[in-house]
Amino acid sequence: MLSRGFSWRWTAILLLATGAATAQVSADGALDSRLKRLEGELRCLVCQNQTLADSNAPLAEDLRREVRELAVAGKSDDQIRAFLTERYGDFVLYNPPVKRTTWLLWFGPFILLAAGALMWWRIGTNPSRPDSGAPEAPSRDDDATAAARGQALLDAPLSEPRRAAPVSPSTARR
Amino acid sequence: MTRAWKWTLPLAVFVAIVGFLYVGLFRDPREVPSPLIGKPAPAFALHQLHAPDKTLTTADMRGKVWLLNVWASWCESCRVEHPLLVEMSRQNLVTIVGLNYKDKDDLGKAWLAARGDPYAVSVVDADGRVGIDWGVYGVPETFVVDKQGVIRYKQIGPVTVDALQKKIVPLIRELQKS
Repeated sequence: MLSRGFSWRWTAILLLATGAATAQVSADGALDSRLKRLEGELRCLVCQNQTLADSNAPLAEDLRREVRELAVAGKSDDQIRAFLTERYGDFVLYNPPVKRTTWLLWFGPFILLAAGALMWWRIGTNPSRPDSGAPEAPSRDDDATAAARGQALLDAPLSEPRRAAPVSPSTARR
Repeated sequence: MTRAWKWTLPLAVFVAIVGFLYVGLFRDPREVPSPLIGKPAPAFALHQLHAPDKTLTTADMRGKVWLLNVWASWCESCRVEHPLLVEMSRQNLVTIVGLNYKDKDDLGKAWLAARGDPYAVSVVDADGRVGIDWGVYGVPETFVVDKQGVIRYKQIGPVTVDALQKKIVPLIRELQKS
């Protein structure tokens, strides 16, 4: 009986210990995956085009150590990001915050897109333009201008005194 | 759209792009501007390299204009800037504190013995934590700190004659006057 009770007790202890170990592992796993994700959005300043997670640079190792310690100490992701931006600036963030100095970065592409769309629309809907894609639009105006410009070009050499002297054919061909 | 727009707009866009690219040509992407400029220097209390039982704190430097030069015996470019620092200390221009970054004390001391020691004090940052607090991401780096303990300038990479003449020395003179 005694030995049986003893073995039960041992089993219970073993079960508890295994449970605790499993819990420990999963907590570590959660921390690891959180750190992995966080380090994936932070820049290694030495290599610049690698994340903290990817880099083997000594500074990246130090910063990973720092990030892990902050996380273990219970700091939130935002607090950890703030810790790094206070020291290294927004450059450490692969996802830069929207503020006045980054407006061009964030909104510039959309402004360009809007400008392009506007131009496309203007050209597409303006029937008076030759390149409007509307074949029925008369382009005689432009033909007339082109003809006038051509004529002006033909006349120009003669009207300009320094070119008044005839150019020899050999020179002209060069 | 008027006729003028037809060529001025593409030209303007072209000029703007060329402008950006031209400016980009002369900028070093490795120089990340420090957010600490204009902010109080991060406090530290570190052991001195030549007197491990003594510490130096940022509070000790109050009322003085000083440089914090981050160096290490393993750092190649530190050798390039070192003669300039030695010359600065010979001229007694400013107090230079050395931050011996992630180095072995013996190697650091031997390095200074061989090349001259421009530092009023060298302090030991063996694990690089103070370096992180100061936003150091490469060695050498040099900070100019004013009498109130505010960082006023950061030189990323070796101190050069050009940087000394154009920025660092004039800044030190101005800060010492105030």
